Amino acid sequence: MAAETRIDPMHQFQINPLAGNLDGSPFVFTNSALWMFIVLALIWLFMMGGMKRRLVPGRWQMAVEGVTGFITSMLAVNVGPEGRKYVPWVFTLFMFILFANILGMMPFALYPGLHAFTVTSQFTVTGVLAIISFSIVLIVGFWRHGLHFFSLFVPSGTPFLLKLLIVPIEFVSFMVRPFSLALRLFVAMIAGHILVEVFANFVVTGLNAGGVVGPAVSLLSFVFIMGVLTLELLVCAIQAYVFALLTTLYINDAVNLH
Amino acid sequence: MDLEAAKVIGAGLAAIGVGTAAIGVGHVFGSFLESAIRNPAAADGQQGRLFIGFAAAELLGLIAFAVAMIILFVI
Repeated sequence: MAAETRIDPMHQFQINPLAGNLDGSPFVFTNSALWMFIVLALIWLFMMGGMKRRLVPGRWQMAVEGVTGFITSMLAVNVGPEGRKYVPWVFTLFMFILFANILGMMPFALYPGLHAFTVTSQFTVTGVLAIISFSIVLIVGFWRHGLHFFSLFVPSGTPFLLKLLIVPIEFVSFMVRPFSLALRLFVAMIAGHILVEVFANFVVTGLNAGGVVGPAVSLLSFVFIMGVLTLELLVCAIQAYVFALLTTLYINDAVNLH
Repeated sequence: MDLEAAKVIGAGLAAIGVGTAAIGVGHVFGSFLESAIRNPAAADGQQGRLFIGFAAAELLGLIAFAVAMIILFVI
């Protein structure tokens, strides 16, 4: 009985080819790609609804202007007037991650056979986003400052002996940035989904077990899931914000050095 | 010891790291609130730093989680 009702919590992250097969051609249309397109379509709808440029903005336009204004002010505060150039990338990053995260939380599985796929729960996706951010930092840094960019690793006014210690540490912490950026988002998403799935499993097995203790455990797990889901919605927004914020700070390093 | 048993014990030990990250995140937000209540006018300007601290503390816990997952599913 226990073996039958056991739910594999990792199954939801599986990549399934929708057209073509995974072992042959490198161009396969997978469920991950499908959900990326859905995310893009939603962002496009959201933006198009708010870009009518009315003099007196309606609710929708206010929502869109709120998000763009939020990102613009984040770059203005952290990078300064130079930061406006990087608004498109940071905005893209924020919107894509936010929509992908929240879409992954939606209970589409109420309709049998359909289940939401969280695009950002794949390390490849978050890794590519982080690598693009990191490349922008490197390109902008070397473009603007040339080899002087390496002074990023040397805090000003450090004694020589301390430099020997600090420069390698700064270098490692710099090189680890894309990795930590990608890992944070990916693990936060995957951990939340596994947690919800494991406790959903408890609800089902508890109801199947019967007696008094089984349904009690089910009820407790159910209440716990609702709490976790609320927290997860918060985490979705926070992770998108943190990703955008850290990208902004790294761009600040590249633009202004220290 | 059986490899399977050792794996499960190792993953359980790795989960301790997640708990310590919880202490860290709590400390970040706790200290922020403590000083934000003393000087509410300056609190909004420090929101960015708050989330940087949160992200840094959280990352270490997430790495512990990743280690647990690697022990369970990859090795």
